[in-house]
Amino acid sequence: MSKYYLNYLDELESEAIYILREVWAQFQNPVILFSGGKDSILVAHLAKKAFYPAKIPFPFMHVDTGHNFPETIQFRDNIIKDLDAQLIVGSVQESIDDGRVAEEKGKNATRNALQITTLLDAIETNKVDCAIGGGRRDEEKARAKERFFSHRDDFGQWDPKNQRPELWNILNGKHFQGEHFRAFPISNWTEMDVWNYIKRENIAIPSLYFAHEREVVRRDGTWIPNSEFLILEEHEEVVTKKIRFRTLGDITITGGDESDADTLEKIAAEVAGMRNTERGNRSDDKRSESAMEDRKRQGYF
Amino acid sequence: MLDNNQLLRFTTAGSVDDGKSTLIGRLLYDSKSIFEDQLAAIENTSKKKGHDGVDLALFTDGLKDEREQGITIDVAYRYFTTPKRKFIIADTPGHIQYTRNMITGASTANVATILIDARHGVIEQTKRHAFIASLLQIPHIIVCINKMDLVDYSEDVYNDIIRQFEDISSKMLVTDVRFIPMSALNGDNVVNKSENMPWYQGAPMLHTLETMHISSDINKVDARFPVQTVLRPQREGFIDYRGYAGRVASGIFRKGDEVTVMPSGFTSKIKSIDTLDKELEEAYAPMSVSITLEDDIDISRGDMIVRSNNKPEASQDIEVMLCWLHNDSAKPRAKYSIRHTSNEQKAMIKEVVYKYDINTLERNSNDKDLKMNDISKVKIRTTKPLMIDSYRENRITGSIILVDDATNETVAAGMIV
Repeated sequence: MSKYYLNYLDELESEAIYILREVWAQFQNPVILFSGGKDSILVAHLAKKAFYPAKIPFPFMHVDTGHNFPETIQFRDNIIKDLDAQLIVGSVQESIDDGRVAEEKGKNATRNALQITTLLDAIETNKVDCAIGGGRRDEEKARAKERFFSHRDDFGQWDPKNQRPELWNILNGKHFQGEHFRAFPISNWTEMDVWNYIKRENIAIPSLYFAHEREVVRRDGTWIPNSEFLILEEHEEVVTKKIRFRTLGDITITGGDESDADTLEKIAAEVAGMRNTERGNRSDDKRSESAMEDRKRQGYF
Repeated sequence: MLDNNQLLRFTTAGSVDDGKSTLIGRLLYDSKSIFEDQLAAIENTSKKKGHDGVDLALFTDGLKDEREQGITIDVAYRYFTTPKRKFIIADTPGHIQYTRNMITGASTANVATILIDARHGVIEQTKRHAFIASLLQIPHIIVCINKMDLVDYSEDVYNDIIRQFEDISSKMLVTDVRFIPMSALNGDNVVNKSENMPWYQGAPMLHTLETMHISSDINKVDARFPVQTVLRPQREGFIDYRGYAGRVASGIFRKGDEVTVMPSGFTSKIKSIDTLDKELEEAYAPMSVSITLEDDIDISRGDMIVRSNNKPEASQDIEVMLCWLHNDSAKPRAKYSIRHTSNEQKAMIKEVVYKYDINTLERNSNDKDLKMNDISKVKIRTTKPLMIDSYRENRITGSIILVDDATNETVAAGMIV
C-alpha cells in the first residue's frame, strides 16, 4: 500500500483543524464553548494544533449552571491558565437571580434546560457570531443531522428542516447581524475515536473520567453522585463505590458506572466493550424521544 | 483498531421501500455497532407500532417529522467501526424531490451504494442514483440487488439485473462497479455470506467495503494548497514567522519545492512545513499544515500555492454542471457570490446550455429555468479569475458553490467541466 494516505484518526484531526481555521477566517468574534468535558477539551487541543505557532485566537465560554463537579471547575481554570486564554462565564445562577429563568421544581429538577437562556444571553452580550462546540453526530439522533457550520436565527433557534447544504469541504458561514453559527469540528468523531485519540495524544482530562471512590446513590439504574444539590428519597441510601463517569454534565444529572478503569488504556478498553450508549446515563436526554431535538431547536448546545 | 486503518465514507440513497434503512440497520446490527439501550428503545417502538420482531429500519430514524412520516428528508450521518476500517455512512433520501440532499451526501463519498429491488429490476430511480454517482464522480459503486429472498434467490434474476444496469451505466462515467445479491432483511451477503446463494462467488457487502482499495481516490499528482488563513504568532521565538495555514487539496508538497502563488504568479521555495507535533519533510492530501516560504510575498486567504511545474488554469469564464439547491429559482443574469476552495468572488450565470431531464437523462436545450433539484450545464463569468481544475481531475479544486447575497443561503453547487 502507498505510504501517502492518512489513518482514520489523522484524517479526523485534519478535518477538525480545517474547520477551526475556517471559523477563524469567516467570523469576526468566535468563541469555544467549554464545559470541561472531554469533547470540549479535545476541541481545545485541536485548536492548539490548528493555530500553532500562534496562540488559540478564540476566548473560551463556559455556561456555569452552579451545579458543577468541583473537579471540573478546577480543571477548567488550570487549562485556561495553561493556554493563556480568555474565559467568559455565563452564569445560570445570575439568570435565575435576574428573573430571566425559573428554577425547576421536584425531585429530578435540573438546571439543564435553563442553560439555553444563559447561553443565548452570553452569546448576545459578547456579540459572539460563532460558538464552537464539541457536539458529535454519533451522540444522539438530532445531532446526527447537524452540519459543520450550523445556522441559528436571531432568536438563537435551529431550524433542522431548513439547513444549508454542505458540499465537499466548502463551508458557508454568511449571516446577518444578530444571527450566529454553531460550528462542530468533531462532528465525525465517535466516542471510541475520542478515547483512542486522547490516549494517542496523551491529553489531560479531569480525574472524574478515571475510576475513583465516591459517595453515590442508586437512582434510575445508575449511580448518581451525592452532592449538596441532591434531595434523597426515603428509601435511598448513600453508599461508597468505585465508579467513573463516561460523560460529564451537571452533578445532578450525570450517572456513573462501576469501574476499575483508572488509566487511559483501561478506559479505552472498557469503552470498546460498552453495550450501552454514552448518553444512556444522562437523564436530560431521557425525558422524551425528542428531548434533544426540542432543546436544540431552542438554542441548546 | 490498528494504526494504519483508513476512513471510508459511503453514501446510501433510497427510501424505506427499497430496504435502505433495513440494510443500514443490518450492517450496524450484524457488525455489533448497535448498543443495547438503542436496541431496547427500538424494540419498544416496534411493539408500539405493532410490527413483528425488531424493525431494523427504525435505527435510521432521525427528526420528529421524519419519524412521523416514516421517510428520510435530510442527510443523516452514521458511524461504525470494524477491526479493519472506520466507516461514515451518509444516509440520504432517494426520492426525486430530494435530489439536492443526495448530492450533498455524495459529494464526499468514496463509495456509492445503489439499491435495487430484485423484483423490480432497474427503474427510473436507479438510473437517477447512478447518474448522480457518476456526476459527482464517486470513485466506487456497489449495486446492492436486494430482496433476493422474494425472487427465490435466483441467479438468472441477478444476471438479468446486471445486464440492465450495465445498459445504463455504459453511457455514464463510472469505473469501478460491483454487484452483490442480498437480502438485507434476512442478512444474506450483508455481513455474513449467504447460504442461499452458493452460485455467488463474490464477497458480502461488509467485506467488500473493508477491503476495497481507496488510497488512490485522492489526486496525488497535482499539488494544490488553498490558503485558509495566515499565521503570524507575534510572540517570542516566532516574531518573523509567517505561516500559510491550509489543508492540502491534492498532490504532495516537499520542503525545498519550487512553488508559485496564484493568482499573483510570484514564485518561491518551501522553507518549512510545520505542525504542532513536528516539522515535516512532506505534506500530502488531506493533511492540514502550515507552510512557510523562503521569500516574503504578499499572500492571503483565497490564494493558492501550487508547484511551479504544474499549475491549475486561472479563468474568469467557467463551465459547470450546476445543481440548483434552493426553493428560490435562479434569477436571470443575477449576481451571486461564488465560493471555490477558500476563494470568494462575485459571479453571474451567463448562459444555461442545457438542462438534464433527471428521469430520462436526456438533455433539454429549451427549458432554461434553474429550479430546485435541476441539474444543468451553465456558463459562469466571475469578477476575478479562479484557479480551477476540472472536477474529473480534482474534486476539491473542481467544485464551487453559489451563495445568494440577499439571503446568505447556499443556492447551488457546481462541478467544473
